[in-house]
Amino acid sequence: MSKYKAVIGLEMHCELKSNAKVFSPAKNGYSEIPNSNISEIDMAFPGILPTINKESVRSAIMASLVLNCQVPEYLYFDRKNYYYPDLPKGYQITQMHDPIGTNGKILIDMDNYTKEVLIHDIHLEEDSASLDHYIDASLIDYNRAGVPLLELVTEPCFNNASEAVTFLEYMRLVYKYLGISDADTKMGQVRCDVNVSIMEENAKELGTKVEIKNVNSFQNVKDAINYEIKRQTELKDLGRYEEVEQETRRFDEESGTTIRMRSKVDAIDYKYFVEPNIPKYKISEEWINEIKQNIPILPRDRKQKYLDTYNLSEYDANIIVKNKEYADYFEECLNLGMDAKISANYLIVNIIAYLNKYNMELKDFYLQPKYLKQIIDELSKGNISSKQAKEIFTKSLEEHKEPKEFLKDNNQISDIDELTNIIDTILSNNVEQITLYKNGRTNIFDYFVGQVMKETRGKANPTLVKEILTDKLNKAE
Amino acid sequence: MMDKSIKELHELLINKKVTSDELVKEALQKSHEVEDKYNAFVTILDDAKGTMVTDNLLSGIPYGIKDNYSTKGILTTGSSNTLKDYIPFFTATAVENLEKCGAVPVNKTALDEFGMGGTGTTCHTGDVLNPWNKKRMCGGSSAGSACAVASGVYPYALGSDTGDSIRKPAAYCGIVGYKPTYGLISRYGLFPFASSLDHCGVLTRCVEDAAIVVDAMKGKDAKDLTSFDSSNMHLYNSLNGNVKGKKLFYIKEIVDSSNYANIDPLLKEHLDNYFKTLDNLKVLGVSIEEVSIDKTLLQAIPSVYVCLSCAEATSNMSNLTGIIFGPRGNGNNVMEMIKDHRTKGFSPLIKRRFVIGSYILQKENQEKYFVNAQRVRRLIVDKMKELFAKYDGLILPVGTGPAPYIDGSVNHISNNDTSIIEEHLQIGNFGGFPSITIPNGFINDLPVGINITGNCYDDENILNIAYALEGTMNYKGQVAKENNNE
Repeated sequence: MSKYKAVIGLEMHCELKSNAKVFSPAKNGYSEIPNSNISEIDMAFPGILPTINKESVRSAIMASLVLNCQVPEYLYFDRKNYYYPDLPKGYQITQMHDPIGTNGKILIDMDNYTKEVLIHDIHLEEDSASLDHYIDASLIDYNRAGVPLLELVTEPCFNNASEAVTFLEYMRLVYKYLGISDADTKMGQVRCDVNVSIMEENAKELGTKVEIKNVNSFQNVKDAINYEIKRQTELKDLGRYEEVEQETRRFDEESGTTIRMRSKVDAIDYKYFVEPNIPKYKISEEWINEIKQNIPILPRDRKQKYLDTYNLSEYDANIIVKNKEYADYFEECLNLGMDAKISANYLIVNIIAYLNKYNMELKDFYLQPKYLKQIIDELSKGNISSKQAKEIFTKSLEEHKEPKEFLKDNNQISDIDELTNIIDTILSNNVEQITLYKNGRTNIFDYFVGQVMKETRGKANPTLVKEILTDKLNKAE
Repeated sequence: MMDKSIKELHELLINKKVTSDELVKEALQKSHEVEDKYNAFVTILDDAKGTMVTDNLLSGIPYGIKDNYSTKGILTTGSSNTLKDYIPFFTATAVENLEKCGAVPVNKTALDEFGMGGTGTTCHTGDVLNPWNKKRMCGGSSAGSACAVASGVYPYALGSDTGDSIRKPAAYCGIVGYKPTYGLISRYGLFPFASSLDHCGVLTRCVEDAAIVVDAMKGKDAKDLTSFDSSNMHLYNSLNGNVKGKKLFYIKEIVDSSNYANIDPLLKEHLDNYFKTLDNLKVLGVSIEEVSIDKTLLQAIPSVYVCLSCAEATSNMSNLTGIIFGPRGNGNNVMEMIKDHRTKGFSPLIKRRFVIGSYILQKENQEKYFVNAQRVRRLIVDKMKELFAKYDGLILPVGTGPAPYIDGSVNHISNNDTSIIEEHLQIGNFGGFPSITIPNGFINDLPVGINITGNCYDDENILNIAYALEGTMNYKGQVAKENNNE
């Protein structure tokens, strides 16, 4: 650990899901074929004008509300002007003067404490094209140009890499829960800029801020922060802190270090001004309220519910909420009135293992909650044993048939007379054991149950067997 | 035949006195004559064909398109070397709307590069000459359109107007130029100069034609968020010539001779002619009042215009890099290539405006220049709106007189500060006000114009007043008669 306090701020860019791009009607979707999801607007042919995708605005407002931000009365955009080959118009339409959210905060859970993260602002903008560089040429793919991008800017409120990454992971999960983004880092849908400075523990003034641009995985965010803290600490210890410059650096994955790009002096003046082609749009109270009502319960709240209402262990609850698919599956189980603990157990032990084994996604998993219910309900009523349940689970998956089909095969013996006959026979053949039981060897009871099961090849209704046995043994001389 | 109005041509077509093909043929032939004499076009569409004649007044009738309207499959240059070979794959909404009426484009007209000029002498194809006198300019930026309509190539041509680019060349060429309320016509496909000031519009030889054409061009367009629904606005049907009781005003600080010490005789003549025209309106029952506006505010108009238009233009034209379209520049890396493309492609005038625009938008200058210009724009617009609450419109002379000489050195240098009278039409762009220029006489055998500007969405009223005034004079439908007697 460094003896200095690190101060870290994040900018998190996340591509939003939508039918169309944010300022053009072209499709917003990944395609292997370069330049297939494009319109003249995305490529800035002369005479084009932006339209506005209401769905993206809605997503942005939803995120803003979740982050407890202030939503402005009017929606409008700004132009950020600079030349780069991935920016067809020579400006990016973004929000600088009045972002869709400002002054927010959100709680995240660290291992031993809860952290309040302060949000400077969150704004809606368009993504740039993607570039592929080769030795003698660069290729431009405009599929990504104009894809809606949500940029979240935190205050410099993190003190270590772990807090920063926990926040990023949590926000990624929140976006997925809201259904506004797939937030897939592997697809480059999430990209981060990181600010790092260090200061004496009790200093009043912040140290020199270094920005690391375009870090494209959370692991890299962690490595970049840790490297930068180490670099700045070493310079400070050597009395060379003045060598830490206010500058922009990039993270080099291969060496695990950060490399200088440009100093503050060379900072680009983006010449922001209000986008004149998109008139100010009044964001009505009604719309905000409607969006509020559609915000689902978020991971942190869901976890709390699972702990408080359903008595799940913290470990189990964490596993379930950390994946929206799991959490949604579990929610459906609860909605169907299935036993919470058994369902959670089945999900974590059996289903997730199965998915991992076959590298499958939960949405493609055959036993959706309504089918699983057929097993769990029988199991929780004691009509079938755990072993039977497991067998039915496996068969149902193998044959893609509803569990109830196999429950029939497994026809339980619930006929009291039949069971009584079987039990009578067993008891009469085990007089010695009855005596032992009477003398206090209560575990002999399980032996009798086992005998009944053996006799019926496991088909005896265990609840009934136990009832009859208790009755008989109590009456026995 | 092509010197006739839209309604006259429509009558002839409907009654089969002439076919659409014959009109197109004549318009093309005329185009070549005008091109040879005045250099008005970037492209003449020699394979244009007539269309079916329907009830639509515009069907089968040829027209011209300013070369900053995107036209699918047809070279569209913005009169700039940066786009000298650019063939768009989509058509501007306004042009599409005319296409639906069966209107036939026969040429693309030259303009000051990307509309950024008021002379018609900065087109990549060379100077456009005034058809009344070849030593004179047409004004700009809709120079080719004004020249062609005045020469009788067709009854109308499309223009665009950011400062006065339709209304000033109209005056210099003795025709009608109409820029409607901002948003009445979709700008989708119009090459942008300054988005908050840019308007589509039309140049014609009579007010009626302007109303007919804009009726066809207008309409809310999902592709232009600044466009509005005008389905209840019927410009042509509203022309009844009844203007009794209408109230207009003029601005003392602009038209009163006492503002100009030792006034130039030409300006004096222009102002006298203007006041004579006002008398015609009074005869029709229009009352006209003098209004005084703080001169400081008026004097700010040209600088506000320069600040805002250059700033927006710098950004709007940042897409011209030669990467996706336009000739690729040379260089060892992409930034060098962009620089080379822009260095070679733009004329010095435009580059100067880009430098001004960039300077104004710089972080340390924004508040002082850009934001202040926006504030003054607001003050001017508020002042006008306050007056439009009392009056139907503002009536003022266009410029200081007839078209200047192309050879700038010959132009007479005025003893007076004429910047306000030269530039006041920019008020119409600041507020997005409907504004129309019509011819109101001749000075030294060269046409001069008068302008009426009204409140937003009051296009019907403004056109009707212009229509009534036009009826009191003899310049309606006039075609340029070349005289080079100077």
